[in-house]
Formats: sequence, C-alpha cells, structure tokens
Amino acid sequence: MRFSGWRVLKEGLTGNKGWTPHWRDPEPRTEYDVVIIGGGGHGLATAYYLAKEHGITNVAVLEKGYLGGGNVGRNTTIVRANYYLPGNSEFYSHSLKLWEGMEQDLNYNAMMSQRGILNLYHNDGQRDAAVRRGNAIINQGDDAELLSRDQVRELAPFLNFDNNRFPIMGGLMQRRAGTARHDAVAWGYARGADMRGVDLIQNCEVTGIDVENGKVVGVQTARGPIRARKVALAAAGRSGQVAAMAGLTLPIESHVLQAFVSEGLKPIVDHVITFAEGHLYISQSDKGGLVFGSYLDFYSSYAARGNLPMVEHTMESFVAMVPAVSKARLLRSWGGIMDMTPDGSPIIDHSPIDGLYLNCGWCYGGFKATPGSGHVYAHLIATDRPHGAATKLKLDRFRSGHGLMDEEGTGAQHNLH
Amino acid sequence: MRIACPLCGERDRREFYYKGAALVRPAAGAGLDAWHEYVNLRENPAGPLDELWYHEMGCNSWLKVTRDTATHEILAVQLAAEAGLGGEP
Ligand SMILES: Cc1cc2nc3c(=O)[nH]c(=O)nc-3n(C[C@H](O)[C@H](O)[C@H](O)COP(=O)(O)OP(=O)(O)OC[C@H]3O[C@@H](n4cnc5c(N)ncnc54)[C@H](O)[C@@H]3O)c2cc1C
Ligand SMILES: [Zn+2]
Repeated sequence: MRFSGWRVLKEGLTGNKGWTPHWRDPEPRTEYDVVIIGGGGHGLATAYYLAKEHGITNVAVLEKGYLGGGNVGRNTTIVRANYYLPGNSEFYSHSLKLWEGMEQDLNYNAMMSQRGILNLYHNDGQRDAAVRRGNAIINQGDDAELLSRDQVRELAPFLNFDNNRFPIMGGLMQRRAGTARHDAVAWGYARGADMRGVDLIQNCEVTGIDVENGKVVGVQTARGPIRARKVALAAAGRSGQVAAMAGLTLPIESHVLQAFVSEGLKPIVDHVITFAEGHLYISQSDKGGLVFGSYLDFYSSYAARGNLPMVEHTMESFVAMVPAVSKARLLRSWGGIMDMTPDGSPIIDHSPIDGLYLNCGWCYGGFKATPGSGHVYAHLIATDRPHGAATKLKLDRFRSGHGLMDEEGTGAQHNLH
Repeated sequence: MRIACPLCGERDRREFYYKGAALVRPAAGAGLDAWHEYVNLRENPAGPLDELWYHEMGCNSWLKVTRDTATHEILAVQLAAEAGLGGEP
C-alpha cells in the first residue's frame, strides 16, 4: 500500500475502508541470518537499511513489548546536528541528512518539521562556547548562526530576557534542526522493513544469548529458541541487561529521564528552544501542547516513572524562562530508561564476541540518531567494517582513553551526561 | 525518596548528592583493566544496588546506600568510612 494525496482523498470519500495493516504479524522462524534485539527506532531502522542497502532480508526484529513502545515513543522529539566533538559531529551530520530524505524514502509522513533549534546563552563563557560550537558545525558542513539578544527577542518575545540570574544574551541557531513525530518514525521504518521481507516479532522477549566457542549462535526467547548467524543489540535502556546475557559488562548505567506535556495552547513557541542554565528544552507540538524536559533524575533507575524533585526543578526552570506559561496546566508526564555512558556518547561496534554487535549508550539524545544509527549499524553488521560516519563510536575508547567524546566536559561519571 | 543518614536521621533525597555505584577502589598500582572496571564498567542491575551518596546539605558524610533501582526502595544505609570501599592503600 502506497500513501499519496490522491489515496487520502479517495479513502476519505469511501469511508476509509481501504487501509490495511502496515506490517505483518509473522510467527518466528527457527533461524535467521540476522536477529535484532529491540523493536525501537534504532532496531527497526537497522532492519530497514539492512534490507534496503545490503539486500539482507532474512532478518527478524524481536521486541519484548510492542513496536515503538520504548524510548522512540517517549522522547521530546528533538532532531539536530549541532554537536562539537569529532566522532559525534560527523555522525549526527550524517543522521540529519538522512532525516531530510526519510519521508520520501519511506513513503511515510513522519511530520519532520525543520523549525530550527535555538540554544540560548546567558553569559560570556557560554557565548564563547556557542561561537566555537557554531564554527565546528559549519566546518562539518551543517548550518549555524549566532543570534544577538535583539534577534532572539524578535523570534521569541515571550522569553524572560531580564531574568536576574540568567539574562538572555543571545543564541546559537540551527535552522535545519527541528522535531519529528516519534511514533511515526518507528512505524515508517517498521513498514519499510516489513515490505522488504523482515519479520517484526512483537511480544517476544529475548531471555538468553547463545554463545559457543566465542561465537554467537542464536537467542532464547519467550517464543522459543531462534538460531542466528549474527545478533545485534538495539535495546536502549536495557542494553546492560541484554549484554549480560552474553556475559558482557558494558560501560553503562541505566537512568530515568522525564518528559512533560502541557494542555493544548495556541501556537506561541515556533522553534525548539533550549536554555543553557537549568538545561531546559521546549517545543510546541502540532496539537498545541508544550513539550519539555530537563535533567535526568540523577540516580540509576529502571522505573519508567520519575520522582518529584526533578518535576519541581523542571517546572521552576520553565516558569523562570517563560513566565507566561505559569498558568498552563500540565497534561501528562512520564519517564523513559536510558543507557548512560561515561562520556555521554554512543557505542556502535562489534562486541568482543564473534557475530554479536552493540548499538547502545545513546544517553538522552538518541532519537535524532535514529536514521543515522540504523544506517551505519546495518553497514557494520553487513560488512563487518564501521561506516565512515561512525568510525569513532568505539567500545574500547573507555578502556584506552583515546577518542572519548565528552561533549559536556563532565568527566567519567555516568549520571552527569 | 528519603534516605536515613546514620548521623542525621531520615532526610529528603534533595539533601544528597549521588555518585554512582559503590565499588571497592583498586590499589593505586593496579593495572589498566582494574581501573577501567572501576571507572567505567557497571553491573547495572534492575534490583538492589550499592551506591555512594554524599550528605551534602547535612553532615557531609559519604554513605553507602543499598537501593532497589526498580522500586526506588532504600534497603540499607551505612557510613562509607565503615564499608571498606577504600581498598588497599
Ligand atoms: C523522556 C525522554 C526524552 C528524550 N528526548 C530526546 C530528544 O528530544 N531528542 C533525542 O534525540 N533523543 C531523546 N531521547 C533519547 C531517545 O529517545 C533514545 O536515545 C532513543 O529513542 C533510543 O533508541 P530506540 O528508539 O531504539 O529505543 P527504544 O524505543 O527504547 O527501543 C528499545 C527496545 O528494546 C526492547 N527490548 C529491551 N529489552 C529487550 C529484550 N530483552 N528482548 C526484546 N526486546 C527488548 C524495548 O522494549 C524497546 O522497545 C529522550 C529519551 C527520553 C526517555
Ligand atoms: Zn548526615
């Protein structure tokens, strides 16, 4: 089934009776070339690009819940390529380019909206850092503009410019950044992978990874054992536990991050806006809800809900920066569990076990990575060589200390990233 | 979440600073792998975990807190000084 304006019109006039399910619901086979653990954005995108770019279609994605029920459907939907350090810089640049062609490629509306991201700065040190980062972004081939206080005021007059502690001095703008409909990203990749023959198997928790003589041979699942030549992790906040099934200990702690949505309001926030102080990020959804979040809860957690101190902190920062929202009601909040690495950057690499691949450590920035991650991970799995945009996302950087990508300069403490 | 500091009694989580897993410190001359494990690698359990918390807005003690990462229940609290985490000098 292909989507088009004509098709939408026709279905609208005939009671929408012609739409069909977007993917099959197959029984697991006993053996695959590649088994991917985790049916989130990264797992589904990996399956899609394995089939599309490498012709590998004897693939299963095993998901313990339902497709898109993990962090891909729980994030604040921000997409950007304004990273600074080598390794992250070229990877996220690659990913943003894929976002720009994704909807055409998938024939699926992911509501990709390049509304621009504006990172505000509040003091001289932050301005210098913004200039440096802007230059790095331009050098990597992406867009960055330094905006003065007056220019920011023109774009976002509702901000509190004269906050006593954190007056707004200006901002770094990336106009190609923005947001996308997170569920639709998962669904688009799922449909694309399914159409190319990939089996998407839901309610199928992986409970064991079978390794013989240092080589992976398959997995144990809630729906029986499945043999596989290659097994690829894409389990987001559960990476530590899944890797432990193969006897691996990863440089990862799992932490909860909360997100919030206000009641629907008339359009006021046109961009994605972040505040350097207080680490707040906001955007407005197409339904009118203000979508926002701030820090982690700061301690390890596997509870998909947060605690109140961080709720309070987030509300305080939000109202300090946008006083006009203080009367808006909060509609919902929730938490997601993420892998935190000691340098805040991801890992896409072979594991020390033959045929077992790692895609983990996305911290709280992995939604923007979804197409890029799937694309380069598929390349690694298919060719056993890292893709050019992902040569630095190595596991052994923590052991060797070479090529750490500590964007925030906060050191080796997992929860500070 | 409330943590019962052995010196101050039960206090709000906001009085404390979190430092991560409470691991026994390797000897200064221990090899790369021992230090890599200590600094970077984590068992990362969904269940009871020994952690280091600092009673920043109280008595300034470091505490070893055993906490369930799935339920947030605090299971035990001990002064880090008495928990033997310092390892060999
Ligand atoms: C509140 C919040 C806000 C965020 N905001 C942003 C943002 O604005 N921008 C951004 O770039 N990133 C953001 N992120 C981060 C981003 O959402 C994640 O890094 C990214 O979605 C992770 O990849 P994924 O989509 O594949 O993960 P998931 O969708 O979580 O996929 C992993 C899947 O693995 C499955 N799984 C786990 N264990 C097993 C098992 N044993 N067997 C089978 N299946 C298993 C899970 O059920 C899950 O569906 C945010 C995260 C959170 C929690
Ligand atoms: Zn105390």
